[in-house]
Amino acid sequence: MRVFEKNPLEKGLAERLREHGVSRRGFLKFCAATASMMALPPAMIPAIAAALERARRPSVIWLSFQECTGCTESLTRSHAPTVEDLILDLISLDYHHTLQAAAGEAAEAAREQAMRDNHGQYLLIVDGSLPGPDANPGYSTIAGVSNYSMLMEAVEGAAAVIAVGTCAAFGGLPAAAPNPTGAVSVMDLVKDKPVVNVSGCPPVPMVITGVLAHFLTFGRLPELDEYHRPLAFFGQSIHDRCYRRPFYDKGLFAETFDDAGARAGWCLYRLGCKGPSTYNACATMRWNAGTSWPIEAGHPCLGCAEPRFWDAGGFYVPLSVPTGPASDYLLAAGAVGAVAGAVVATKARGRAKEEAAVRQPVTVEELEQKL
Amino acid sequence: MSATMSGLPSIPVQVETPAGGGACHGNALAILHEVRHALERLISTGEATRIDLHALPFGAGDEAWLTALLGTGEVRATIEALGPTSVQETAIPGVWLVDYHNAEGQRLALHLEITCIPGILRTQCRELDTAVATLDTRLGAATPGGSRPLS
Repeated sequence: MRVFEKNPLEKGLAERLREHGVSRRGFLKFCAATASMMALPPAMIPAIAAALERARRPSVIWLSFQECTGCTESLTRSHAPTVEDLILDLISLDYHHTLQAAAGEAAEAAREQAMRDNHGQYLLIVDGSLPGPDANPGYSTIAGVSNYSMLMEAVEGAAAVIAVGTCAAFGGLPAAAPNPTGAVSVMDLVKDKPVVNVSGCPPVPMVITGVLAHFLTFGRLPELDEYHRPLAFFGQSIHDRCYRRPFYDKGLFAETFDDAGARAGWCLYRLGCKGPSTYNACATMRWNAGTSWPIEAGHPCLGCAEPRFWDAGGFYVPLSVPTGPASDYLLAAGAVGAVAGAVVATKARGRAKEEAAVRQPVTVEELEQKL
Repeated sequence: MSATMSGLPSIPVQVETPAGGGACHGNALAILHEVRHALERLISTGEATRIDLHALPFGAGDEAWLTALLGTGEVRATIEALGPTSVQETAIPGVWLVDYHNAEGQRLALHLEITCIPGILRTQCRELDTAVATLDTRLGAATPGGSRPLS
């Protein structure tokens, strides 16, 4: 994994916090929250403390293309660290056209200055998809510059690129059929720099800040899955981390949104829950400062962190099970528990494209027979 | 965001609590077994363990069930550093609940610590280098038989 150099003259985070009157206990508390945010075990707190004592503020340039600003809205809901902590203490956010005070030519000048001053060192964050090189660039421009040109210019001096949100990671809604703007993802265009995908529509705020905190803490990017998503947050399916999983294992499903099963908190699989095929951290990190998350609120997972989720069929249509050998794997997963479920779901995900054409909806009766 | 902070109590909607909504889903039971193993390690080797409850797939009632089962012990402390942190010994000696909040009252992390005393309660050795200087400053400013101590 690539390690990025830091300016030795710059003060470490612990020293900066101490100058702001933050005690050692406060620093350790910050480390505990950071470990939790990065989905690392608490046993890692001493190592995180040691690393953060030396951590420098990386320059960050945030580009927003074909997006709804939901990802930035999500970022501002991060509570540990808050977006203020993030901007003032942890990173040097040198360009973000929604959050920055500067506008117009001054804003673009700030971006160009930051790119020159931190060439080869800055983190480039992108939210939103963008019209590809063969599409009409007029669909999305900033200051008269096409998204494609701005991205490729900024990528050239970046240490790494973080694609925030499903649009930047996989194309998202703009790339959904019939994809009128010729939208593509960042990963489709950037081949010579490390790309981290933080998918979700929007991503969990703590996952966005968690990836930044990982870079800040360890000076390198986190381990990634096959879709370039950080394994710490996307390593397990919603289904395997769902507190309603015991009901799935027992074959207890809500059939409608207001039946006795729904009121008893049973599994939402039959209402279209995409938890078995979706990898994200909602089940453990939750939303609104850990208050709740969609399934806890009684709504099935939409699968928003997965590629092509807009075109994957109806949100309220039960997840289909591939016919043939794979269906036996998936049905058996409920009986043998979470570990096997994860393996099977991974296999099923890998085959998803090929088997989409032959899928059939599964019935509760079929599930119960197998369980 | 706490309910008070968010103004949720002021919303005039009566929520009918579903039969299973606030109930324990059985996900906390495994944690108790992990605590038991951690206690055995603490007794035999002195090794402390921390479990991040905030990162576990708990349903609405699981956390409440777990904390109720662990009960309340003799020690309770609050630390004011980047917001309040409450440290509560449970009824099981050596098992502590450490609840980290930020200045706005939002929970940052909730740890179960299986240890003789949570590290955050100890005086931090890194701050001892300022202890003598701080006391000297106060001694220098103190009036013999003085009136009011410095805050």
